[in-house]
Amino acid sequence: MGVTITPADVDPSGVGFRGPSGDGVPEGGEGYSSGAAWKMVLRVFIENKLAIVGLGMIVLMTLFCFVGPLIYKTQQVFNNPAIANKPPGPGHLLGTNPVGYDVLGRLMLGGQTSLEIGFAAAIIAVLIGVIWGAAAGLAGGIVDAVMMRIVDAFLAIPFLFLLIVLGAIFTTSILELIIVIGLVAWLVPARLVRGETLSLRVREYVQAVKVMGGGTRRILFRHIIPNTVGTIVVNATFQVADAILYVATLSYLGLGVPPPATNWGHQLANGLSYVYAGYWWLIYPAGIAIIITVVAFNFVGDALRDALEVRLQSR
Amino acid sequence: MIGYIIRRLLQSLVVVFGVTVITFILLHMLPGNPIRAILGTRASAQAVRQLTIEYGFNKPLIVQYFIWLGNLLQGNLGYSYKLNQTVTSLLAQRIPKTLFLTGSAAILAIILAIPAGMWQAVRRNKPDDYVGTGLIFIFYSMPTFWLGLIMIIIFSETLGWFPSEAPQDQISLFSQLNGMVLPVATLTLVTLALFTRYMRSSMLEQSIQDYVRTARSKGVSNRAVLFKHVLRNALLPMVTLIGLSIPGILSGSLVTETVFNYPGMGLLFYQAAESDDFPTLLGVTLVVAIATVIGNLVADILYAVVDPRIRYVS
Repeated sequence: MGVTITPADVDPSGVGFRGPSGDGVPEGGEGYSSGAAWKMVLRVFIENKLAIVGLGMIVLMTLFCFVGPLIYKTQQVFNNPAIANKPPGPGHLLGTNPVGYDVLGRLMLGGQTSLEIGFAAAIIAVLIGVIWGAAAGLAGGIVDAVMMRIVDAFLAIPFLFLLIVLGAIFTTSILELIIVIGLVAWLVPARLVRGETLSLRVREYVQAVKVMGGGTRRILFRHIIPNTVGTIVVNATFQVADAILYVATLSYLGLGVPPPATNWGHQLANGLSYVYAGYWWLIYPAGIAIIITVVAFNFVGDALRDALEVRLQSR
Repeated sequence: MIGYIIRRLLQSLVVVFGVTVITFILLHMLPGNPIRAILGTRASAQAVRQLTIEYGFNKPLIVQYFIWLGNLLQGNLGYSYKLNQTVTSLLAQRIPKTLFLTGSAAILAIILAIPAGMWQAVRRNKPDDYVGTGLIFIFYSMPTFWLGLIMIIIFSETLGWFPSEAPQDQISLFSQLNGMVLPVATLTLVTLALFTRYMRSSMLEQSIQDYVRTARSKGVSNRAVLFKHVLRNALLPMVTLIGLSIPGILSGSLVTETVFNYPGMGLLFYQAAESDDFPTLLGVTLVVAIATVIGNLVADILYAVVDPRIRYVS
């Protein structure tokens, strides 16, 4: 049993404590000043087989959900109870559900919602998180302390519990669901970006901008935030995966999107009532679709983080 | 060391204070009038006014907050009108059940995760590591309720080995342990995915340290390096893991309890959300948040105890 490991291969932060664990922080002037470093990130990313598999899975899933319905045309507006609960066969490749919708077509339609919610919630979360974290880090002192204690207090309430409380308070439409998830999920990026800002704001080039009379807004948006972009992208990738799972769980608990809108979690939740009837096509396809998508985003996020750490180590 | 503990303790108190403020704000964002929720829509104006004064809802918000906080400090978490019990007594019935479920799952997960993570680290980038990593990612990416359901289909419906519903009352909890097998297994698998990944990373991180190279260059055997040097140090961060994973395990427990109808705190929370039982909903939220804060605190203190380097940082 030989253990030979080189530093570049190590993934110091597991899934459990996502986020860059390295103490290093991207350096550089404005934005992507160092093109070579980003080329290296790309190379490390491409060399990671799991990342390519993950990226491929995401592309395929997106095509399946958004282009699929153009090829595999099904009736998804009016239900047809006459063909309810048919097992998979010709005409309905994955059978039909209890109200007579084609399951495969439904899977594509639900996937659109799941992916849209995932992306939109991730974008909201990251936007709020970045601005909050960078502002707190840049302000420092008492403002920083207060802002971060607010984050700590919200983080103390487990996401799922907070989501359910918010879900019970607000009636849910897709838009509200996106906002609720975004409003819960911004905390982690806020903490990450604040940490990076703290070390970025004392760098020479930021000091130089200050000396030259650059305003706070310029420092924030042209110098601090562009340099946290690596962290942000990695976190956003994980956020999409998490959001899809949260939507599924909320749907299962009956707090998700109300009908007629559908998503994978909603389809799974409906299928659960038919477990004992043996209608497996109502349970497995949606579950597998969720797993494939979430695994794919986690693969890509992991690989991006590794690639980013290599960039940091190579300096 | 004492200074570090005191500083962390004060920080935690601030966070708990923040949690109470958030909970109070949520309480006031709730739809509808709480008095109407208690008395119903047909209550007379006089009864409404009387109860408003009795509960202090006519006072300014900040005063209401401190009244509520004062009650909280006396262990009064409010009254569930839906279940006709105080929230405190509801929690007292439910918390032990959740502790039993989460505790068994966490212990099993850590017992399994240490060898599994070690194995993966040693066999890094070999086919079995890829299979292991893939499996862990799949379990990690699986909706917990779906996993529970698959367990029911396989082990309850098809094989008939275990009941699909968890034991319902206190007496049968220990006498009908077979009813606990599926809920505990579900929660263990979800937690195991998290722990194994953590253990694998921790092992890999340690195995590139200088002391490992030194040991090896002295001619220490691979086995001795692995067990005497790498493993010992890799276990250090694992000490904090149970504390840090409390929110994750409690969330997993919430879903698992719902799937198997296990009458713990998670099911109470879910049913409260379904029936708009807001005092119970927020009572559980508060307990869960405080558990998370305590988990973080204990993790940090334990880590400082086992790893003296931590005490001198910051």
